[in-house]
Amino acid sequence: MIFKKFSIENKKARDLIPQAITVLALLSIIIYFATNAQINMGNRGISFGFGFLNQEASFDITFSMIEYDGSHSYGRAFLVGLLNTILVSVIGIFFATIIGVVVGISRLSDNYLIAKVAEWYVEIFRNIPLILQIFFWYFAALRALPLPENGISFNDISFLTIKGWYVPKFIWTNFNIFLLSVIAAFIAIYFINSYATKQREQFGKQLPATSISLATLILIPLITFFFLGVSLTFEYPVLKQLSSTVYTYEGGVSIIPELIALALALSMYTATFIAENVRAGILGVGKGQKEAAASIGLNKNQILKLVVMPQALRIIIPPTTNQYLNLTKNSSLAAAIAYPDIVLVFAGTALMQTGRAIEIISITMLTYLTLSISISMFMNWYNKKMAIKEK
Amino acid sequence: MIKSIKTWILVGFASLLLVACGQGGGGAGSKKSKTLDNTKKAGFVKCGVSQGLPGFSNADASGNWSGIDVDVCRAVAAAVLGDADKVKYTPLSAKERFTALTSGEIDVLARNTTWTLSRDADIGLTFVGVNFYDGQGFMVRKNSGINSVNDFRNGISACTNTGTTTELNMRDFFNSKNISYEPIAFEKADEVVQAYDAGRCDTYTTDKSGLAAQRTKMSNPDEHKVLPETISKEPLGPVVRQGDAVWEDIVRWSLNTMIEAEEYGVNSSNASSLKDSENPAIKRLVGSEGELGAAFGLDNDWSLRIIEQVGNYGESYKKHIADTGILPNRGPNQLWTKGGILYVPPAR
Repeated sequence: MIFKKFSIENKKARDLIPQAITVLALLSIIIYFATNAQINMGNRGISFGFGFLNQEASFDITFSMIEYDGSHSYGRAFLVGLLNTILVSVIGIFFATIIGVVVGISRLSDNYLIAKVAEWYVEIFRNIPLILQIFFWYFAALRALPLPENGISFNDISFLTIKGWYVPKFIWTNFNIFLLSVIAAFIAIYFINSYATKQREQFGKQLPATSISLATLILIPLITFFFLGVSLTFEYPVLKQLSSTVYTYEGGVSIIPELIALALALSMYTATFIAENVRAGILGVGKGQKEAAASIGLNKNQILKLVVMPQALRIIIPPTTNQYLNLTKNSSLAAAIAYPDIVLVFAGTALMQTGRAIEIISITMLTYLTLSISISMFMNWYNKKMAIKEK
Repeated sequence: MIKSIKTWILVGFASLLLVACGQGGGGAGSKKSKTLDNTKKAGFVKCGVSQGLPGFSNADASGNWSGIDVDVCRAVAAAVLGDADKVKYTPLSAKERFTALTSGEIDVLARNTTWTLSRDADIGLTFVGVNFYDGQGFMVRKNSGINSVNDFRNGISACTNTGTTTELNMRDFFNSKNISYEPIAFEKADEVVQAYDAGRCDTYTTDKSGLAAQRTKMSNPDEHKVLPETISKEPLGPVVRQGDAVWEDIVRWSLNTMIEAEEYGVNSSNASSLKDSENPAIKRLVGSEGELGAAFGLDNDWSLRIIEQVGNYGESYKKHIADTGILPNRGPNQLWTKGGILYVPPAR
């Protein structure tokens, strides 16, 4: 009886055997390459190991979101690079989405001028290689910015210069309380919205949920300022002379031009693809849907918001996920303009200083893999949420 | 989902290991040299150079490489293959250079590379000598009012190349002076020059020879100057893979021959006429005495060919560094007999 389990007639076994063979083949390939690499490295006197991550990095990084200087470890430098990659990707995705949606909708506008401008934008920005756009924003647009002493001033509290955009620094007291209040506000908004949905679905009552949510988001944190000892002061950037003609700004926060150029290039470029996804999504919604919506008296904005967009999103989300992944991976072009992302800091400088090519490249690859998988898992969850739900 | 993640991780590993396994080469340190055999078989020396640094390794419009680093490659080709032109040049970024060497893509790395302990000992490389004694300096705008490194103040921004010792020296220097600074590190020298030229940074720091060479690329070279201080030792020299002692010796002594030839006044025009010289040291250099080449499995004229086809070190320096206006003064790169620190072991 027990043999039946493994016989060819058993469907389970039949399904399992090819899979097992594939896994075995894959494993043996990996082992072959690993051994090969090991032998080659042994011949050349190269050791393998990750101990270097604890060594002192002894190089500095322009821009870091966590405390870092050269006395920290290579592991810490990796984290700095990773956070910088995430930062530029998040900023890029945020603006690419906004520009993409606006341009995508504009392309379908009845206004000839708006539609044409949007069309030209898409055609120009998606057909120029990204690295050239990055160079353009960094070298051409940057060159046009003034030196610090002639910086473009915004009300004397913020200055745009060739060395970066200097903005006031927020100095908080009791920031934790403020943060908690924001979280509390979001929780409140969640309940308000689900209550509003319930009211609408059960009783057909329309509550102004959006306005109430907005008010909650402003009011709850505001209360902490008045009653819970939260306060916010600003530290403004001040011009400082370093020598007869060399100036810089002291205080405040400097948004480095490398970040601005990279974020601009990434979002402008990716936005064109997202715009096309949005256009495809909207055009993919049946004409009858819009006509039906119009016939029950919805206005143009309501049609777009309540009828077209929810259906269009189902078409838009999957290809847009790809664009988000592309943007994240494209951010590795940062190295060309000295934005300290993971490729420049870790797969660049750290690799050079330690010579540990295999270890560092594999860590970097795994990192991008993890980032990409996280994004696509999130987008899959969102996609599922937006999918048609039978009621 | 889980299954596909697993698959991807596996595929990722497989492909990176693919990258890891290089070609053959660099056998054990016996009398036989695998690299030498392969080079003879291929008919050219595989040499890694920079992506364009005037004076050291720079290609002209028709793709001909020249410079004192290039001359090391040419010397090896002359010694091993009898023709200094039989070199295949591979331009490499600072980041790529060591991997290219250890993986066997190139056999000699002559790319203004600083000899340091960790590079020599840690990553499977061997430095064979020094062909240029350099040191890190700073370039600033002439009108900046900065006349010495002591004029640097907190908040100064400094542009440099990533992946070089420069980045580390810069930190050591500013830390020792207790100055906070903004480091901006680019992958390629051309972008450093552009960013500095645009005013993104107040100073540009790299090896002084590099500063002198890059200054010529600025939109207005006369507006910039190099500060007098030197903040580091940068002995630049050719590198080979660890584990092929014979090949290592060939490259080392090709370089040494050029320096020794200058010391004894042997140059490309008089070398062949010195076969009957009175001085045995000169006779050994031009191959009319002793059997020095046999030690590496080469014929006896190997050093004569280097001197005739490439020239001695002084000729190479004059042609590529002095006459091009990069560093007319030889400074430490003068022979020990003339007040410099060029001193090579005797070829005997």
